[in-house]
Amino acid sequence: MPARPRLAVWKFASCDGCQLSLLDCEEELLSLAEAVEIGYFLEASRKTLPGPYDLSLVEGSITTPEDAERIREVRRLSKKLVTIGACATAGGIQALRNFARIEEFVSAVYASPEYIRTLDRSTPIAAHVPVDFELQGCPVNRLQLLEVISAFLTGRTPAIPRYSVCLECKRAGTPCVLVARGTPCLGPVTHAGCGAICPGYGRGCYGCYGPMETPNPPSLGRRWQALGASERDLHRVFRTFNAGAEPFRRESEAHGG
Amino acid sequence: MPEGHVPTAGEAIIDREGLQALLDALGARGFSVIGPRIRDEAIVYAPLRNVADLPEGWTDRQDGGRYRLERRGDRALFGYAVGPHSWKQFLFPPRQRLWQARRTEAGFDLLEEPPPSERWAFLGIRACELHALAIQDRVFLGGSHPDRSYAERRRDLFLVALQCGEPSGTCFCVSMETGPKASSGFDLALTELLGDGSHRFLVEVGSRAGEEILAAIPHRSAGEADRREAEAVLDSTASRMGRTLDTRGIRELLQDHPEHPRWEEVATRCLACANCTMVCPTCFCSTVEDHTALTGESAERTRLWDSCFSLDFSYLHGGSVRKEIRSRYRQWITHKLSTWFDQFGSSGCVGCGRCITWCPVGIDITEEVRAIRSSLLEPTHA
Repeated sequence: MPARPRLAVWKFASCDGCQLSLLDCEEELLSLAEAVEIGYFLEASRKTLPGPYDLSLVEGSITTPEDAERIREVRRLSKKLVTIGACATAGGIQALRNFARIEEFVSAVYASPEYIRTLDRSTPIAAHVPVDFELQGCPVNRLQLLEVISAFLTGRTPAIPRYSVCLECKRAGTPCVLVARGTPCLGPVTHAGCGAICPGYGRGCYGCYGPMETPNPPSLGRRWQALGASERDLHRVFRTFNAGAEPFRRESEAHGG
Repeated sequence: MPEGHVPTAGEAIIDREGLQALLDALGARGFSVIGPRIRDEAIVYAPLRNVADLPEGWTDRQDGGRYRLERRGDRALFGYAVGPHSWKQFLFPPRQRLWQARRTEAGFDLLEEPPPSERWAFLGIRACELHALAIQDRVFLGGSHPDRSYAERRRDLFLVALQCGEPSGTCFCVSMETGPKASSGFDLALTELLGDGSHRFLVEVGSRAGEEILAAIPHRSAGEADRREAEAVLDSTASRMGRTLDTRGIRELLQDHPEHPRWEEVATRCLACANCTMVCPTCFCSTVEDHTALTGESAERTRLWDSCFSLDFSYLHGGSVRKEIRSRYRQWITHKLSTWFDQFGSSGCVGCGRCITWCPVGIDITEEVRAIRSSLLEPTHA
């Protein structure tokens, strides 16, 4: 048997939900373990193998000076580096700090703020090192994660469409909640990948998968206003897990500081 | 299944029980009946067995980016216009595996997909939708490479048309000359009659298969009064179109103005979300995705509905041709209303209004054409 490609899974500032998606694969986990040699995946095993790694999956954003250094080391050890999730691709929910004064957060949260050494911004991995592929989502879809891994193992382009959630709704036959119910929905500006779960249950999309390829938030924002959304609603809805993603950041700032 | 209009003894009348008998007769002949049903606050196309499954007493109110169900004051079973679904989802499935491959010692084995096991009867397909079906027939079955999967699904179709009694606020079939009257391409056609306090349906026969089914269900011959009432239904529908589209010279109007400032303007509103292309009953674009198993032991190819509004759609070596939203909107509307004539010999638009209603921001194909046309009448653009 030829040597299997060595896989590493790295964690930066994050909730672990995306690497948990990999453990969630259950059925496919055995074939994954057959297809790759798991070299570094602390959430699954204490056993680690040294680099270099053929494929590194990186979860989390950069929020500390140490992590800004560590990601360079991870990049150095990785032939291919794929970032997974809203934190790694857009800075995550912790990028809310980018809009505030970090000292105020630190003193409000920690009893002894003097022990905290943190950066004043949360930034995506691609702001620090070259990235071979970004998989969006909060958390990432486990099937899409397997698709990305399979694609890198066979040397093909991952089939991860970057268009809107609307295509997933329509293919599923779900009537548009925005049109048929007047429910505010972020689907038209949001990256596909979740399978349009929320509209399938009669709710609007929350934008967990971040901006689609060419989003037009100002136009959707005007539509939301016509449906009764306030400036504050618009400000807040674009300021969640993907607040740091440029098109969402701009739209939230257009509706209040 | 319609093989051209056959001479018949004339129209028949069935009542509500007769409509149930029609559903039963289709079921007995092995058809799965698909028709309008209420689901998720809209009228969609889904399997049904009983008259009670139909949206009795409901109608829809439609405008740009807006659709609402409302109660009617009567017991009409077909008292609404077209909804978010179109029949194309059955003949051209949104997601369809084309084949699978398994690695063998010698190479690989190809596993083809089996043909569909179901035969469908479409209940309530309207004139605009029959035209859309005819357009997709040309797209998928015309030329030297007919689509086998479409052909298999299309071959055994039984079509119960509905002479449209309720246009929506976004309908414009009269402008496109695709309705409201269905005159061919069906096995049976129903006109719902609610006058005289008796709820009944005038039945027209369009094929031998239709004739055979009608013979199997209780009916009586239509009288002059029935026929007059049925004509009045269509006249009323034709007079209540929510939209109009001036199609004079439309092929040149769009082809000749690729740099019109209106494209820039519409791009400020267009979300490039692709909803218009998904709901359009004639849009036929697809993409294929290949997936490989982790172990490399198997692979499969899937065909999915695609849209000219995605960047990947126009991706050639090195990048997308239509990077800007204005190029993509211009491509869609120009193909639909203009270059479709060059490609398929007809318009690609049947005036069903779905793209207007289901656009989240209510972009109106008729308004966009009007804006370009009227700007040319102004002296500055002469």
